[in-house]
Amino acid sequence: MTVLGQSGVMTARRLRALLRQPWYLAVSLGQPIVWLLLFGQLFRRVVQIPGFGGDSYITFLTPGIVIMNALFAGTWAGMTLIEEMDAGVLDHFLASPLRPVALLAGELGYQALVVTVQSLVMIALGLLAGAHLAGGAAGVLVLLLAAALLATAVAALSNALALLLRRGESLIAASQFVALPATFLASAFMPAGLAPAWIQIVERFNPFNWAVMAGREALAAHPAWGTAITHLGALLALLVVAVTFTLRAFRDYRRSL
Amino acid sequence: MTTVSIPMRADAGRPAVAIRVENLEKTYPGGVRALQGVSLRVPAGSIFGLLGANGAGKSTLVRILTTLSMPDRGGATVAGLDVLRRPVEVRRAIGVVAQRSGVDGNATGRENLSLQARLHGLRGVELERRVTGLLEDFELMDTADRLARSYSGGMRRKLDVAMGLVHEPLVLFLDEPTTGLDPEARSALWTELERLSCAGGLTILLTTHYLEEADRLAERVAIMDRGRIVAEGTPEELKRGEHGDTVSVEFAAADAADAAVSVLNALADVRVVTVERGYLRVRVSDGASRVPTILAALEQEGIRAAAVTVARPSLDDVYLRYAGRSFAKAESAPAGDSGLGGAAA
Repeated sequence: MTVLGQSGVMTARRLRALLRQPWYLAVSLGQPIVWLLLFGQLFRRVVQIPGFGGDSYITFLTPGIVIMNALFAGTWAGMTLIEEMDAGVLDHFLASPLRPVALLAGELGYQALVVTVQSLVMIALGLLAGAHLAGGAAGVLVLLLAAALLATAVAALSNALALLLRRGESLIAASQFVALPATFLASAFMPAGLAPAWIQIVERFNPFNWAVMAGREALAAHPAWGTAITHLGALLALLVVAVTFTLRAFRDYRRSL
Repeated sequence: MTTVSIPMRADAGRPAVAIRVENLEKTYPGGVRALQGVSLRVPAGSIFGLLGANGAGKSTLVRILTTLSMPDRGGATVAGLDVLRRPVEVRRAIGVVAQRSGVDGNATGRENLSLQARLHGLRGVELERRVTGLLEDFELMDTADRLARSYSGGMRRKLDVAMGLVHEPLVLFLDEPTTGLDPEARSALWTELERLSCAGGLTILLTTHYLEEADRLAERVAIMDRGRIVAEGTPEELKRGEHGDTVSVEFAAADAADAAVSVLNALADVRVVTVERGYLRVRVSDGASRVPTILAALEQEGIRAAAVTVARPSLDDVYLRYAGRSFAKAESAPAGDSGLGGAAA
């Protein structure tokens, strides 16, 4: 069986398990909706701050929330791997003809699919709430790509971390330590121009912000395609690095058994 | 006593030796020396029992042979394939039933089997036929479409073994397959394993810490202790190495056992093997006829025996001789290999 075929089988396996848990499915769709509505209401008046450069906060916020959801979805990916490690399922796969690269690709394919569906739901809801996505279909496509690239890169890193730490609590602590500050060291909720100078410097190196920038630039009335594509490229590079690192972590895990 | 002959299959393309292990050594980070130079040959088409207490190194050996883990030194071949150089081909040739179940609880029994079959390249009608056949063989048909999470321990184990067999492997590894099973499920699995080994030319390497399991199923047995193989042969050969029977004496007074040691060792052809509180075991050439002598000698010194049993040599005696301590005692020693899956970090 080809690596591609194996990856597909593994993605299907994860999707089937998800669809069997209607409550989990409902929460995973409901949570981003809550964020969108809650943040949209809470920060409604920030558009009145001089220098915001727009008049609709929901328009500004929608790409930010889509990307935030992608980031958080990715950080949870390693938990499933730890569960499977504890249950003996991982060892079972590692002693079968399943290639580690297909095991990882199957997981990342699943993450990309789930995040894309969640993002579409949020975009639709943003539109209903009055967001004006001037960039149109092409802009939405870039936002979806940015969300999927960020989610898969983070999911890969989360898997690597799971292989290293091997404990759910440690993984959650480490992920939260990184993910939460990352969402605020960016222009997801506030334009870069309004943030202190040091945050403006830090956010340039924040992959979360790359994804936000890609989506927002592509959705603007006059899309800055160059900026959007550059940021997508940076996210793709991150994904490649993350996958390489995670495959190494699988090899090290085998060596430690 | 008769010698158990070893069936040696020499079919074309299939090596007569299914598993060859050469001087394997493995030390875990932290200094646990799990394997200290293990060598082994498992003839094709037989059930081979690897016997030892927790921490003896059985699971480490199985992990290396199933390409899950790597040794520090030494090498091994499975079905003629080098486990270090050709791990991918080895994985296609083997079925693995690990100590911890490999069953995905969030999928049904049928889905677990189908996934395994698909990973081994089966598809379409052939896959369906194979999966259905195994569900029938292992009496899992009625529960095939329930989530494996809801399975009992015995059912889960059966599914594990079925998953290990789905691609008709040349060698099946069973790491403590009946641990945690109730006696009924254990006996059912034994019958199933006997059927498998008789039906096809399947080689089974079985690790166990149940002596009776190895005695009943295995044509050949190796005893492992602290990372070494300390004895190997057919169960009959090993037992024959035990000269004589074991006579166990229980005393009415707890401190009588110590006093009895010198009395019994003074008798010709009697050797005390173990002494515990109020209990000892001696080895004699003909147990039944020597019991009166033993009792008389004790009586003369005023030591009262509460119970006496005579036993033909068992694998427990073999273990006792080679591992230098009673099997039950070694079991309670700190475990070395069973918990390392998650603790090596």
